[in-house]
Amino acid sequence: MSSNVKAIVAPSAEYRAWLAAQRRNRLLIIAAQVGLILALLVAWEVAPRQHWVNPMLTSYPSAIWTAFLEMVSSGELGNHVMVTLMEVVISFALAMLFGTAIAVVLWMSPGLERVLDPFLVVANALPKIALVPIFYIWLGAEGSIYAVAIAVALFITILMLYTGFRQSDPNKIKLARTLGATRSQILGKVILPGNIHTFIATLKANAGLSLVGVIVGEFQASKEGLGYLIVYGSQIFRMDMVMASIVILGFISLAIYALIQWTETRINKPSGRV
Amino acid sequence: MTVPKIEFRNVNLRYFTTKGETLALKDINFKVEKGEFVSIVGQSGCGKSTLLSLLAGLIRPTDGEVLIDGVPVGGSSPQVGFMLQQDSLFEWRTIVENTMLGPEIRRHNLHEARLRAEGILKRYGLGDFLESKPSELSGGMRQRAALARTMCLQPDILLLDEPFSALDFQTRLSIADEIGDIIRKENKTAILVTHDIPEAIAMADRVIVLSRRPGRVKSIHPITFPSHGEERPGSFAAREATEFPAYFNTVWEELEVHVE
Repeated sequence: MSSNVKAIVAPSAEYRAWLAAQRRNRLLIIAAQVGLILALLVAWEVAPRQHWVNPMLTSYPSAIWTAFLEMVSSGELGNHVMVTLMEVVISFALAMLFGTAIAVVLWMSPGLERVLDPFLVVANALPKIALVPIFYIWLGAEGSIYAVAIAVALFITILMLYTGFRQSDPNKIKLARTLGATRSQILGKVILPGNIHTFIATLKANAGLSLVGVIVGEFQASKEGLGYLIVYGSQIFRMDMVMASIVILGFISLAIYALIQWTETRINKPSGRV
Repeated sequence: MTVPKIEFRNVNLRYFTTKGETLALKDINFKVEKGEFVSIVGQSGCGKSTLLSLLAGLIRPTDGEVLIDGVPVGGSSPQVGFMLQQDSLFEWRTIVENTMLGPEIRRHNLHEARLRAEGILKRYGLGDFLESKPSELSGGMRQRAALARTMCLQPDILLLDEPFSALDFQTRLSIADEIGDIIRKENKTAILVTHDIPEAIAMADRVIVLSRRPGRVKSIHPITFPSHGEERPGSFAAREATEFPAYFNTVWEELEVHVE
């Protein structure tokens, strides 16, 4: 039954040449990627220094690095990063929690879903960023950041999960019914475990969205966080500060994504045997 | 006279959609005795699967009664096991966990259920695959695992809704033979729904032919193989029996298959 057929015969010369070509190809692609980054960095460094472009507007890598080190040594950067991270993690978790709960309730009561469907579609399509001023007036600086970050991620969570639930294999549901399953047992034994991948996909979409929500929230209201740093930097024309913050944001989203990716491979690994 | 294991008494089934009203089954009357194996054949859409859904308590008849042991079917019962066209094994569960799904849903003692599941799987030749995921099994093995899952609730009636149709031809023949054997040995009452006439004849004691929609019982054919003596041959051997072609021709003509 196993497909692990080991070749006992020594690989042919053609096969080894093919493998080498494959390896060469992979290396070439990585080299091209590294080269592209280096070229961009060099161009970004040289052009402003030679005053081909205005360094006030673009800043350049070595200046950004200096600004980064300054902010680190003064201790303020750590604080800003922590504040933003906290806001992202909390609003991300809350959006997933509420979104999942609402999707489950909708699945459990299809009548409710039919009533709410157009409202959800409109709420999802509405640019939540437009609500920032309202949230600010209602909830104050701190609260509005969470509110907008949750609002950005919540509706897409509900829609993605609910769509996944609805598209669950009807044969599995029928099978569970023939074994006597109630609706909540179908939820627990068929719908939820069958939608782990939908859940992961939703996590991935939300990681980015929560970050967007938090940064926009901070633009409007905050005295701390990377969003604040970006707005503040641009107001005092410190492009190095702005760019450093953006680079850090890039790394944060990369880290969150990698964490989700790691979780996904853990889940996909077949259990029971190595 | 003893009460038949299964009885359809004057059953009609109508269902409604926005496009209109459909009479799916009309005046269905037949009985199945305990330990009997009955095949139901008919063209696509004649309502043969619907008969099984009625027996499983997934839907109710519009008129008439569906009786098991003389009692009207009131909902899904652990006494009735259902095998579907797809094995529908849950790919996130191991084979033994899949097998225990029924007892788990019925909230039986899980320790006992596990022992029973392991016993059944071993008898069906899956003893080495208890902790495997369904994806590691071949099509035939998956269908055997699906049978084990059905058997784990110890039903005395088995409903088979084209359970072999997703398999390739060779696997299909041998699995049908195996499963037919198991069902007879364990003295279960079984109803097989299929569009495969040879399969219907090879496995059953009687073949019921349904008409086109609305489905009515058109004819009932007892299947016996006197050339094999008292013992009924297995489905594999039955296909080779001298009586087989005649049964095939009769059922074929009854079905009035028109190729358009």
